[in-house]
Amino acid sequence: MEELINKLKKEVIEQLNLEEISADDIDADAPLFGEGLGLDSIDALELIVLLEKKYGIKIEDPKDGKKIFYSIRTMAQYITDHKKPE
Amino acid sequence: MNMDESPGIKDPLFLTHWCMIRNNKVMSESNADIFHENLSTFADFIRALYKKENPGYPKFYKMDNLSKLGFMASEIVLRNSRAAEFYNKEKIGVILANSSSSLDTDMEYQDTIRDKSDYFPSPAVFVYTLANIVIGEICIRNGIKGENAFFICEKFDPALLHLHISAMFDQGRAEACIGGWVELLKERYDAFVFLVQKRSFSGQKMPVPETLIPFNEENLLNRYLNQSY
Repeated sequence: MEELINKLKKEVIEQLNLEEISADDIDADAPLFGEGLGLDSIDALELIVLLEKKYGIKIEDPKDGKKIFYSIRTMAQYITDHKKPE
Repeated sequence: MNMDESPGIKDPLFLTHWCMIRNNKVMSESNADIFHENLSTFADFIRALYKKENPGYPKFYKMDNLSKLGFMASEIVLRNSRAAEFYNKEKIGVILANSSSSLDTDMEYQDTIRDKSDYFPSPAVFVYTLANIVIGEICIRNGIKGENAFFICEKFDPALLHLHISAMFDQGRAEACIGGWVELLKERYDAFVFLVQKRSFSGQKMPVPETLIPFNEENLLNRYLNQSY
């Protein structure tokens, strides 16, 4: 899980162009939206694209997004639970 | 138009500040080379300019290249003039133009949907597939709520900019106006962003430039064509 969390931090930084932030700056348990990284609604859509592009996971119900994208750790947990076996 | 705005007693307009970004150089009304860095790509150049100016606005990194270009030029003009501090934000207009619209970003977006087997349309790229988003970024950054428009025309057209900017002042819809040409396509970029104000500066205690250049087509064209750039 920790390995996935670190990988995810780097992918989020790249996907969302968070140029002045390093992986070490991101607290895996901190909220991604509002406080924390201060992401916006377009970033939320980009995170949905990231899950689909990198992990082949499609979020069927947008209402689930709030829980899935609460933090890097919740994203990692969702990926672990839903990633298709290779 | 009000009766007291007849040409005879109209408060004249002046071109008080400007910024030019082209050929790896940034220059302003002082003609001083603000920044000159020979970097191989526009992306590297504008990032280096951002870091040098250090406006402390990380959203810059999320913008497309056209918005980055217009944003940095406007940052320099508004920093030098301090117009956003002194004017009513609802009376600052923005009139910009270019020839390639948002084509640079349109093509980048197209790349994300070209291949059906690798079809991942990017929302963050899509939101920049309109040229007037440049104006939106400038307005959001500075809290500007005045009238605005983005025109697409073949080449820099001082008559068009002069006509629309003057009309905003004449009709009392602006007390200051950011105008300019913000053109970008691939590695070809050219920005000339300027500030137009009245002589009275709306009675504000705003620093007045030593040299006031009348706002007219000829002066716009001369500055745009300045060979020293």
